[in-house]
Amino acid sequence: MKAALFVPCFIDAFFPEVGIATLELLERLGVAVDYPLRQTCCGQPMANSGDQADAAAVEALFVENFKGYEYIVTPSGSCTHHVRDNFDAIPQTQEVQEVRSNTYELVEFLHDTLKVEDFPWAEFPHKVGIHNSCSSLRGLRHASMSELAEPEFSKPKALLSKVKGISFAELSRPDECCGFGGTFAVFEEPVSAKMGYDKVNDFKEAGAEYVVSADSSCMMHQQGCSERLGLGLKFIHIAQILNGANS
Amino acid sequence: MKKIHHAEASSYFIEAKDNEAFHDQRLWDLRQKRDREAAVIPEFQELRNLASQIKEHTLTHLAEYLEQFEAKAQANGVTVHWALDAAEHNRIVYDLLTDHSVRTLVKSKSMLTEECELRPFLERRGIEVIETDLGERIQQLDNEPPSHIVVPAVHKLRGDVAKVFARTLDTDPDNDDPNYLSEQMRVKTRHFFVDAEAGMTGGNFAVAETGGVVVCTNEGNADLSANVPPLFIASVGIEKLVPRLDDLAVFIRLLSRSALGSPITQYTSHFRAPRKSGEMHIILVDNGRSERLGMEEFWYSLKCIRCGACMNTCPVYRRSGGLSYGAVYSGPIGIILNPTHDMRKYSSLPFASTLNGSCTHVCPVKINIHEQIYGWRRVLAKHNQLPFVKKAAMKVAGKILSDPQKYRKTIDVADAAIEHLPRFLLYSRMNAWGRQREVPAPPDQTFHAWYLKNREGKQ
Amino acid sequence: MSTRDLILDAVKRNQPQAVSLPDVPRFDRDEAPLLELFKANLERMGGKLAEFTAGADLNAWVAENYPEAKVVCAATPEVSGNRAITDETDPKTLENVDLGVVRAVFGVAETGSVYLSERQLSVRALGYLSQHLLALLDPADIVGNLHHAFARPEYTDNRYSVLMTGPSATADIEGVLIHGAQGVRSLTVALVANGDGDSITV
Repeated sequence: MKAALFVPCFIDAFFPEVGIATLELLERLGVAVDYPLRQTCCGQPMANSGDQADAAAVEALFVENFKGYEYIVTPSGSCTHHVRDNFDAIPQTQEVQEVRSNTYELVEFLHDTLKVEDFPWAEFPHKVGIHNSCSSLRGLRHASMSELAEPEFSKPKALLSKVKGISFAELSRPDECCGFGGTFAVFEEPVSAKMGYDKVNDFKEAGAEYVVSADSSCMMHQQGCSERLGLGLKFIHIAQILNGANS
Repeated sequence: MKKIHHAEASSYFIEAKDNEAFHDQRLWDLRQKRDREAAVIPEFQELRNLASQIKEHTLTHLAEYLEQFEAKAQANGVTVHWALDAAEHNRIVYDLLTDHSVRTLVKSKSMLTEECELRPFLERRGIEVIETDLGERIQQLDNEPPSHIVVPAVHKLRGDVAKVFARTLDTDPDNDDPNYLSEQMRVKTRHFFVDAEAGMTGGNFAVAETGGVVVCTNEGNADLSANVPPLFIASVGIEKLVPRLDDLAVFIRLLSRSALGSPITQYTSHFRAPRKSGEMHIILVDNGRSERLGMEEFWYSLKCIRCGACMNTCPVYRRSGGLSYGAVYSGPIGIILNPTHDMRKYSSLPFASTLNGSCTHVCPVKINIHEQIYGWRRVLAKHNQLPFVKKAAMKVAGKILSDPQKYRKTIDVADAAIEHLPRFLLYSRMNAWGRQREVPAPPDQTFHAWYLKNREGKQ
Repeated sequence: MSTRDLILDAVKRNQPQAVSLPDVPRFDRDEAPLLELFKANLERMGGKLAEFTAGADLNAWVAENYPEAKVVCAATPEVSGNRAITDETDPKTLENVDLGVVRAVFGVAETGSVYLSERQLSVRALGYLSQHLLALLDPADIVGNLHHAFARPEYTDNRYSVLMTGPSATADIEGVLIHGAQGVRSLTVALVANGDGDSITV
């Protein structure tokens, strides 16, 4: 199987280890991974600000980089949600529609497409709290949502449960948004920070050593909050744990 | 009109730490009670689908249902009035009151009369208006608008209420026991029901097949307002129509469960005709609704039954308080309703959201609230209503992110990443990020650089 | 053009593409006996259910359970009371009623509500100006859910209908639940079969 890897801009710049883990993990699972070198961003920051005009060229470049791939995999729920559900600043040609429907977030790619049964190399003897970004939870349906009173399921937890030694911390408000929200984090700084503080305190009280998520952007915000509060929480992307990181 | 600045207003509420903490917890508690109801009714999701369809059906046939409702109500002995906007509504009420020599009007909570700013209009003309819902009365006495559709004074603590009552009702300033405060309110308000010459309510629903207006309260104050004074006026938005009693059942099953997590309100009343020797008037109010009906992307907001579930679940609303929205309607539903009235004034509201989508999934009539918030951002951008800083940042970001060479130049130097990235990725000055958060440490190299070194070169 | 026609015109012009009206099922299901469900929900909503042994004297029961009630106004013959009421009674005169007594038409198990119209209340205000309310209900007249309740003919027959569920309540100050906000301070539902004054044990 062949797949293209999309490493979103903030992961490229701030969390290269997440990109590396994703690449290595996919290779371990037998996927031939292409990394188109001219990639930048999916256009989400502009589009979420309503700015379709400035999103258009970025979306066009994304299509240029990823057209023709049957699988485009990225370790970011929010970017996947944008490409799949809101990527319409440019004309919706056949090519564009294919790129949109062929884009997968890593967790769902592992869980639904590759149907990975185990990660024999992975061991993580720590108590982790799972953070589902809102894009992953309600946009991509990574897990059941409390709003719908539906039978419980969680794709990230199902994958992590295959990792030796891991245990889970249960939050009091597992589905609560952490307050990152892209530009919301700076334009609505007072509320964003308060939400972030509440979120990391919930992890702390639940006894989590690590916060694990499929979205580095939420964690960048939460880590900033946790460090400011001196909570000592550690943050790690799910790709890293599944790829065998052990601390 | 002065623009609303939600972010700035929210900081004041967050600084009132005890209020904010209580507010968040209290509304979260309502959300959890709502979840328990959703879990025990097996057909809850089916009811949401039905409610959504019934509303969409009604709105797409609204003219005929309005005519049916009017004919039925008139046959029941009710006088039906039509008001194009707030001014006409207020004028109709005022004329009715003066025709009946009314000096005191008792009323139950109505978001529509808030929308029309009826109270100040009547007060300026010498009519005493008494809000009779406890929360709404607290807000009236404190000269503040309601901060929540269902629980108007939820942003206040008991001590705040004690202060307001001591100042305005001459109660004991040192007694903040809610039982004492509620009892004082009862004792000091009840005589108004008997003395007032007119009573007024809003309407949760208007049933076309019966010509009846349905009002739901927990205090029974709507029934007191409507049934004791000789003149009863109900103001109803034209979007409140439902075709049949069968449809009403669906909404009554959902309303209080979604709002407060209780199976029904204490009183669910169906007013079809005046009381003996009384008069009943219904005012059907448009005030922008017919125009919104024609907005392809946004007409769904007319399905709203004003339960407040979206506010209770909204993590932003719970932290910022309803008053920070600077509008009659706050929270997620306010974000999508207010700009239809004044896009410029409320241009910051669609950005007072993380687009987390919880609101959409608790909405009993399945309004796609977070998608409409997203839609409003596009409309605002198109109409040049984005804040200057944001617009400028997006221009720069768009230029860099659509040009691989520029992008690489900007971030490939590791040190430069921390220098430049927050600016174009986070779109603001560093201090907005760093005021209450640490800034991430820059890595030694970007993923791209690592890839070139470890993969590309080896192929 | 009148405002009415302006509004109807604008509505007609702007109505989106027609969506059809769904049929609403009654959602019947087998579950706990209706009376038990009714009782649980009524009590949850702050109402009380009065239990009787056969042949109990309702007047004596009222005297015993509402010892403070000086003015008792009964709109149903099972209880005598000491304040007369007819549909001509001025609502304002009910301000000093301590206990109102009415007979409800039916109950709703799903919510613990009782149905009243002005036929039962004589004067609507009796249900709200009274300090306390006692509603007699025939336990045979409990419907399962609100779909059945709103399908009852009373809704099209009566000028005013109310589903009453427990006493007047508020939680507007710090979420503290308080009964007797503006309307009645208590609502008790007494299970008394229709017509014969018979009562039952629950």
